[in-house]
Amino acid sequence: MITAGIDVGSVSTKVVLLVDNEIKYLVRPTGWSPRDAGEQTYHELLAQVGCKPENVAYRVGTGYGRISLGFIDKAVTEIHCHARGANYLVGRGGLVIDIGGQDSKAILINQQGKVIDFTMNDKCAAGTGRFLQVMAAALGVDVSELADLAAGRNPLEINSMCTVFAESEVISLLAKGADKRDIIAGIHRSVARRVWGMASRFMPAEQVIFTGGVARNHHIKDQLAREAGVPVIVPELSQVAGALGAALYARELAEKC
Amino acid sequence: MRPESMKIFDDLRNLNVLTIQNAKKNGEKVVGCYCTYSPQELILAAGAHSVTLCGTRQEPVAAAERDLPRNLCPLIKSSYGFAITGKCPYFEAADLLVAETTCDGKKKMYELMGKIKPMHVMNLPQSADSEGALEQWTQEMHRFKAWLEQKFAVQITEEDIRKAIKLMNRERNALRRLHAVTKFKPSPITGVDLLVSVWTKGFNVNKEEGIKLVEDLAAEVEAMAARGESPFTADAPRILLTGCPVGFGSEKVVRLLEESGASVVAFENCSGYKSLDRLVDEDPNKDVMVALAEKYLNIPCSCMTPNQGRLELIGKLAKEYEVDGVVDLTWQACHTYNVEAFVIRDYVQKQLNLPYMHLETDYSESDVEQLRVRVQAFLELIQG
Ligand code: SF4
Ligand code: SF4
Repeated sequence: MITAGIDVGSVSTKVVLLVDNEIKYLVRPTGWSPRDAGEQTYHELLAQVGCKPENVAYRVGTGYGRISLGFIDKAVTEIHCHARGANYLVGRGGLVIDIGGQDSKAILINQQGKVIDFTMNDKCAAGTGRFLQVMAAALGVDVSELADLAAGRNPLEINSMCTVFAESEVISLLAKGADKRDIIAGIHRSVARRVWGMASRFMPAEQVIFTGGVARNHHIKDQLAREAGVPVIVPELSQVAGALGAALYARELAEKC
Repeated sequence: MRPESMKIFDDLRNLNVLTIQNAKKNGEKVVGCYCTYSPQELILAAGAHSVTLCGTRQEPVAAAERDLPRNLCPLIKSSYGFAITGKCPYFEAADLLVAETTCDGKKKMYELMGKIKPMHVMNLPQSADSEGALEQWTQEMHRFKAWLEQKFAVQITEEDIRKAIKLMNRERNALRRLHAVTKFKPSPITGVDLLVSVWTKGFNVNKEEGIKLVEDLAAEVEAMAARGESPFTADAPRILLTGCPVGFGSEKVVRLLEESGASVVAFENCSGYKSLDRLVDEDPNKDVMVALAEKYLNIPCSCMTPNQGRLELIGKLAKEYEVDGVVDLTWQACHTYNVEAFVIRDYVQKQLNLPYMHLETDYSESDVEQLRVRVQAFLELIQG
């Protein structure tokens, strides 16, 4: 059986095809139209895998763009899809932390992968991918370089939580001659602390499963582990955890009907 | 499938405006209240009308922010905004205002509002069972009574008060009956409609008519339930809403819940059941003022410390209404409810074994999509 999960995030669109137990995936930028991004990425992956649309038994959409997708059978929130995907990748449950482009969430799941409780960041961008993007721009580096630049450096204190104020703090640190890499380390620590401040209420949990776009930043992962005091696992397919969860839901729902 | 009587409620607010304006023309007196701690019995006994004033809409918030801090509860800003913009006909109609020292934001705002109209602020003890609290609150009842007598140049007799107590208890009983219709499974009325009808009733000038309207609606909905009619499917998750007051214009969380497939069946907040749970003791041998003080002092509002009563009420309603989850709503910058959320979470999850979600928001529409994700995820969690 083939089922599909389509996760349209604010920054990137992720599609997973579950071909029996095999995971096929594709990631594309979302751009300005979540609807088009979802549809095009889905069809591109189908073409890559050599699968006709009518052979897909069930399609589940998730992410902020899920409501705009016309071709899906059901929409499930990213909370449940991330939990499901993360649990599939790691097993044994735990605390899932997902830092995406626009929001961050902490989801507590039990051993069976069931969601027990969850929380999300409020309106502002602190502790999200967006925060990192703004800081990277202020420092004139690419987001993808951040982790390597910060590794092994001495994090400087960044006090502002608000993206706008943090940006001016970063600029004034630069003006004072602080080392860029120490600033970046400080930014990372501030993201980790912010996110942990939100997630720590769900402790004790045996492990933290870190997913979402920001999870690719190994330095933030290390900072998060420092805060958490338990192992932080970044599964290989962490970026597509939500889409995978959606595809797993699709499989479950297809079996039911 | 909407109860026919709801149409009456939909028009009631405008209708009431006319009624109150006519009443004013006839020289009748009006007292405006903001909070469930206001002893309406004394107002009625003074021969005046008591109306709940508006504070549940976003429109006047911007105007209020000229005088008030931005980071303040929207309920306070909305109330004040209506007062200074002259957009609330009920505020305009009010001869006098009564308020209580509940949360800090409100009591300081009342100082400003008191410059617009004559206002009496009752000094509410901050802890219901502390020593002397009942005596103090009884004293405050006397102070309020004396103020009304002086302002309206009337004499409030014990008999007047006893009559008003009976009337208000009848109103409470009617509202309790209306709330109880959602005990049917599935509920025959939406939470939004229940909220709108209960809220509109607060603007009703004529108490007797208001009671009749509520009873008619309750009877109609009971009949619908008996015929098995409901706007919901049998598996719609049943939600108890607790936290800050909610009214028409600020019902977005209730709406989101129901748009996402839930049925809001119980309102623990003070715009709902909180103030109805306890009647005023009608015992003729009891001092009326003490009877009033007892009732009002025991409203489990979060400005009380400690506030064990709220937990008990949530537990009781959760059981009676057979709810599947509890949503705790805090208006932004409402410290008392926000801090209390920690205790409520613990109680709901560990003692009641029910899913719990806390939301903090304001009256604006800016976060509706983020809230929708949370609400939907919460319902998925309930449905497993
Ligand atoms: S929540 Fe408390 S202070 Fe606010 S209206 Fe209700 S009883 Fe009054
Ligand atoms: S919601 Fe909270 S802050 Fe707002 S008026 Fe009521 S008690 Fe005060």
